[in-house]
Amino acid sequence: MKLELKGITKRFPGVVANDHVDLEIETGEILCLLGENGAGKSTLMNILYGLYSADEGDIVIDGKVQNFAGPGDAIAAGIGMVHQHFMLVPVFTVAENVVLGVEPMRSAGILDLDEARRDVEAISNQYNLAVDPNAVIEELPVGIQQRVEIIKVLFRDAEILVFDEPTAVLTPQEVDEFFKIVDKLKQDGKGIIFITHKLKEVLEIADRIAVLRRGAVVGTADPATATESGLAEMMVGRPVDLMVHKAPSHPGEAVLSVSDLTVMNIQGRKAVDGVSFEVRRNEIVGIAGVQGNGQTELVEALTGLREVAGGTVLIQGEDHTDSNPRQIHNAGVAHVPEDRQRSGLILGFTLTENFVLDSYHAVPFSEGIKMDWKASREEANRLIEEFDVRTPSSEIPASNLSGGNQQKVIVAREFGRQVDLVIASQPTRGVDVGSIEFIHERIVSERDAGSAVLIVSTELDEVMALSDRILVMFDGRIVAEKRPEETTNAELGLYMAGAS
Amino acid sequence: MGNVTAVMTRPTDSRSPAELRRSRVLAIVYLVLALLVLWAFGFGSEGSATFVISRPGDAIRVGDISVPGAGLAFVVAAVLAFLGARQWMAGFGSKTNLVLAIGLGLVALSFLAWAADGASFSLVGLLQEAIKRAVPITFGAVSGLLCERTGIINIGIEGMLLGGAFTGAIVGSTLGATAAMIAAALVGGLLALLLAVLTVKYRVDQIIAGVVINIFVLGLTSFYTSQFLVANPALNNAPIMRAFGIPLLADIPLIGPVLFDQNIFVYAMYLLVAITTFTLFRTRWGLRTRAVGEKPRAADTVGINVYRTKYRNVIIGGLVAGFGGAYFTIGSVGRFDENMTAGRGFIGLAAMIFGRWHPVGAVSAALVFGLADSLQVKLGILDTPIPSEFLAMAPYLVTIVVVAGLVGRSRPPSDYTAYVKE
Repeated sequence: MKLELKGITKRFPGVVANDHVDLEIETGEILCLLGENGAGKSTLMNILYGLYSADEGDIVIDGKVQNFAGPGDAIAAGIGMVHQHFMLVPVFTVAENVVLGVEPMRSAGILDLDEARRDVEAISNQYNLAVDPNAVIEELPVGIQQRVEIIKVLFRDAEILVFDEPTAVLTPQEVDEFFKIVDKLKQDGKGIIFITHKLKEVLEIADRIAVLRRGAVVGTADPATATESGLAEMMVGRPVDLMVHKAPSHPGEAVLSVSDLTVMNIQGRKAVDGVSFEVRRNEIVGIAGVQGNGQTELVEALTGLREVAGGTVLIQGEDHTDSNPRQIHNAGVAHVPEDRQRSGLILGFTLTENFVLDSYHAVPFSEGIKMDWKASREEANRLIEEFDVRTPSSEIPASNLSGGNQQKVIVAREFGRQVDLVIASQPTRGVDVGSIEFIHERIVSERDAGSAVLIVSTELDEVMALSDRILVMFDGRIVAEKRPEETTNAELGLYMAGAS
Repeated sequence: MGNVTAVMTRPTDSRSPAELRRSRVLAIVYLVLALLVLWAFGFGSEGSATFVISRPGDAIRVGDISVPGAGLAFVVAAVLAFLGARQWMAGFGSKTNLVLAIGLGLVALSFLAWAADGASFSLVGLLQEAIKRAVPITFGAVSGLLCERTGIINIGIEGMLLGGAFTGAIVGSTLGATAAMIAAALVGGLLALLLAVLTVKYRVDQIIAGVVINIFVLGLTSFYTSQFLVANPALNNAPIMRAFGIPLLADIPLIGPVLFDQNIFVYAMYLLVAITTFTLFRTRWGLRTRAVGEKPRAADTVGINVYRTKYRNVIIGGLVAGFGGAYFTIGSVGRFDENMTAGRGFIGLAAMIFGRWHPVGAVSAALVFGLADSLQVKLGILDTPIPSEFLAMAPYLVTIVVVAGLVGRSRPPSDYTAYVKE
């Protein structure tokens, strides 16, 4: 089967999401579609999958022009899609999810779930996708959920499989496993479109590479000859420095001292279990770990968002164990939360309102009960300038910005004042390459200006590149402490998986 | 050694803190009830209550049962105390609500023995009435869950019941009972179509859309009642569906007359529960319905038409509620009165939640409410020291207690946000 996209154009109010895109893919090969967030990759794939309709251009399969009115038509034509956010019903079993929409039946309208289970088992045996058809989705780890998505696509006899940012949610070990699966699919004659912004993965798995920027295909590359920096330049449109440059650190006195800290999660179980560590001036400490090993609760406890069940937190020698977020803010702490849309910004507020969200209550932004919007706007414009936030104005809602620019707004708000301690959780998650470079530079310059910096990230490469000291968290405890120059990704990966 | 003591002092309890808290609350409720039963009914009863469990015309007659109120109260108090202790220590897991229902049933029985102390009381009559009164509540609850399983909250059930009742009266008076049932269902379906258009197409807040329907129907039916039905009594004189026994089944003592000697609405309720249970969990329609309710985008990406599914289910829910509404007129008293549903639609919603969005759970919960309702009617006849106003509160009181305190947090099966197709 040969799939061609010819001159696909899609306009949204104010933007051209896809600008005369031409692509082609045949079964038995892996095409990597590389581009930053907002480059139009997902729009293009949603058009291919029938979720959007293109304003111009054709989808051609084996020479025949297709007309997809909805996902059902795309599925019928042999196109399958594994979405970035899994399209699984959390309370259904694996088998129910797989057959949803094309259910096997006993007789008119009556489900045959035994048949569904057998079908799932047949596919999972054929492609080495081990999964229990009777398991309920919400009880499965994301790596397994992804397998269910793949089985779902294969069950519909897809010839071309589209993977939208498939590795974003996986641990390093799961990524390796996933690549084996993709390779097996290719051997079995499936065509794969792999959408990502991770350069390393592209070079590892692609047969061909197409780079998308501002909605248009700006170039293609051969993975045998391409380099990471060359691809990055194509993606961003200017040379990008992928390395984090920093001088050796000369740590000073401790700014944050945590001893024997215990924190409960929402279910009331121990999420952080007797953790002790220090972060000192002029030092970046990185916490590595697989998502869900207590990092979220740790950061929430340190920033006053979650009750501490035991232990103490000292900031510059003062006890802040039970302080509220504003007290901690006033103690000179900057906090970049892990989920920028849920806890970093108020999406419906303008940039100006978001910029003063932490300081609106004091001079110069307010006096008594009256807000001083003029001073607020001046501050907003200063931060937009200094932190290179790409926006037409300070008076548009934060929801209108791309992910990378939203993150810059938070970084600007938090780093825009004098602080002694920076706590940044997933500082570059879902952020484009250009913004990552910028945010990393700012974090290092905060350190050089004398702050103590605590980074929490599930991206091992990021922790390795930024940290002066690395702590690995597993099951609520710190299981290893390493310096980046004396360890490897593989060693840290083992600690992250619980080996000791 | 240290390990061993640690294990012994902290027995493993798999309950989460929230479950544990609820267990403790429930346990205390059981103990309080036990004390209440002991004090009020145990020491308050002197003679025996006679429960009549056969009717004069029954094929197989069973003798009346005479129960000493005090003795029964002591037994019930002991059982409640045991349930409370068990709830505190280990809990009942998934059977918590079932055990709770049994416990409350025992309290009700003991209460009856006390209320009928020294007199004779027809148990058959009470249960028969309970089943009848559960009918509109069940129809409301099933209507609600059909909508909620597909992601639409139907607050408008009350209005749909009322609309069905009004239509039932007028059409029943003019065209007869069969036409009345069909017309009542259609009116419910039309109101549901309005709800679907408002919430699915125009994305109006679901609660507001439902309230609008309730107010609209209440206003309209009240207006026409005072303007036309009062002046034309012939339009408000519908036939009443008579009870008919199902051969053989109706002859079983107690169960027969209670369950199988009823009118067509009660049999329709049995069918409704059986059919919705089967279709929701065993058919393609059910799987797709639940998928749309739980995660509409997932359903959309596998080619299921989310909007059409929502429209279809909400309209079916409306048909069910409209038909159930006809019970008030042609299934019960034969005439329409202003606001005669008196909140039964909302109690239906409570039954849906108590029954955890499952038809069987919903009908069980509706029976609890029906029993409370029937009790207040029957006890009004007996000479009890409780003022009749308090007795009339019973169904609503049970609703508040059940929904607010005892059910625990139920997770609705739905994503209630309006679905916006990309």
